[in-house]
Amino acid sequence: MALDPGFAGRTYPPTAVYEVGREKIREFADAIGDPNPVYRDPAVAQDLGHRDVLAPPTFPIAITWPAALVIIDDPELGLDFSRVLHAEQRFVYARPIYADDQLTATVVIEDVSERMGQGFLSTRTDLVTVDGEHVVSGYSKLVVVGAGQEAQS
Amino acid sequence: MIKFADVAKGDVLPAQTFPIRRVDLVKYAGASGDFNPIHWNERFAQSVGLPDVIAHGMFTMAEAIRVVTDWCGDPGMIVEYQVRFTKPVVVPDGVAEDSGARLTVTGKVSAVNEDGTVRVDLTAMSGPEGAEKVLGLARAVVRLP
Repeated sequence: MALDPGFAGRTYPPTAVYEVGREKIREFADAIGDPNPVYRDPAVAQDLGHRDVLAPPTFPIAITWPAALVIIDDPELGLDFSRVLHAEQRFVYARPIYADDQLTATVVIEDVSERMGQGFLSTRTDLVTVDGEHVVSGYSKLVVVGAGQEAQS
Repeated sequence: MIKFADVAKGDVLPAQTFPIRRVDLVKYAGASGDFNPIHWNERFAQSVGLPDVIAHGMFTMAEAIRVVTDWCGDPGMIVEYQVRFTKPVVVPDGVAEDSGARLTVTGKVSAVNEDGTVRVDLTAMSGPEGAEKVLGLARAVVRLP
């Protein structure tokens, strides 16, 4: 299945609203083993000038990755998920994610290419509040192994 | 808390070593929603050509930035963070307390910018001898007070 460069620029509709919540942030901080109280205690976060507990820097992936599955599931693109590798990740933050945020994710395919039998996809996912404030963008580079060849059955 | 005026190019951040056990990957799968079996099922991992279960790249990315957030004191100061996943972190099974893998992360200030930010370059090492570089181009931009 060859990757069609014509998909560059494709933008998917915003996802349903994701309500962040203090307990989800705590669960994520526990899962990465980070004891920092700023992820758990509103008073500590407020002492640093934040309005609520904030999420760890890589927390946005818990929203952007499921949102980006829309690409994997796009029948027109025809990707085989088992051949997709996560090669690079970058976040650009306008501000941290807060526990009281209500966010939507909009996924964009920025670039599609193919070299030596491998497919390369660059995606951007913008997390924006329901009031339209941009919070963070996640940029992922995905490699599709063997994208230039027909799948072996 | 670190002040912008106190930071110079070449400053070294306190290094940290993070143990990674199978249970950590299971917890991370649950919290992140990434249930790819290469991160918890040895049979599956080996069937796709991996030596064993490997850590989520995003788990490694989450650990590495702790060197920066613990140094600067406020994770809200991070304005940009990126990594390239160059080598998988293999996490063997085991019952001993020290089973699994270890990830050692070091950081160094690589640029002090005129806009009040600094760039930190991170190095993340794992593997049996701790000699495998598992992240490439790992860097964070931090806005300091």
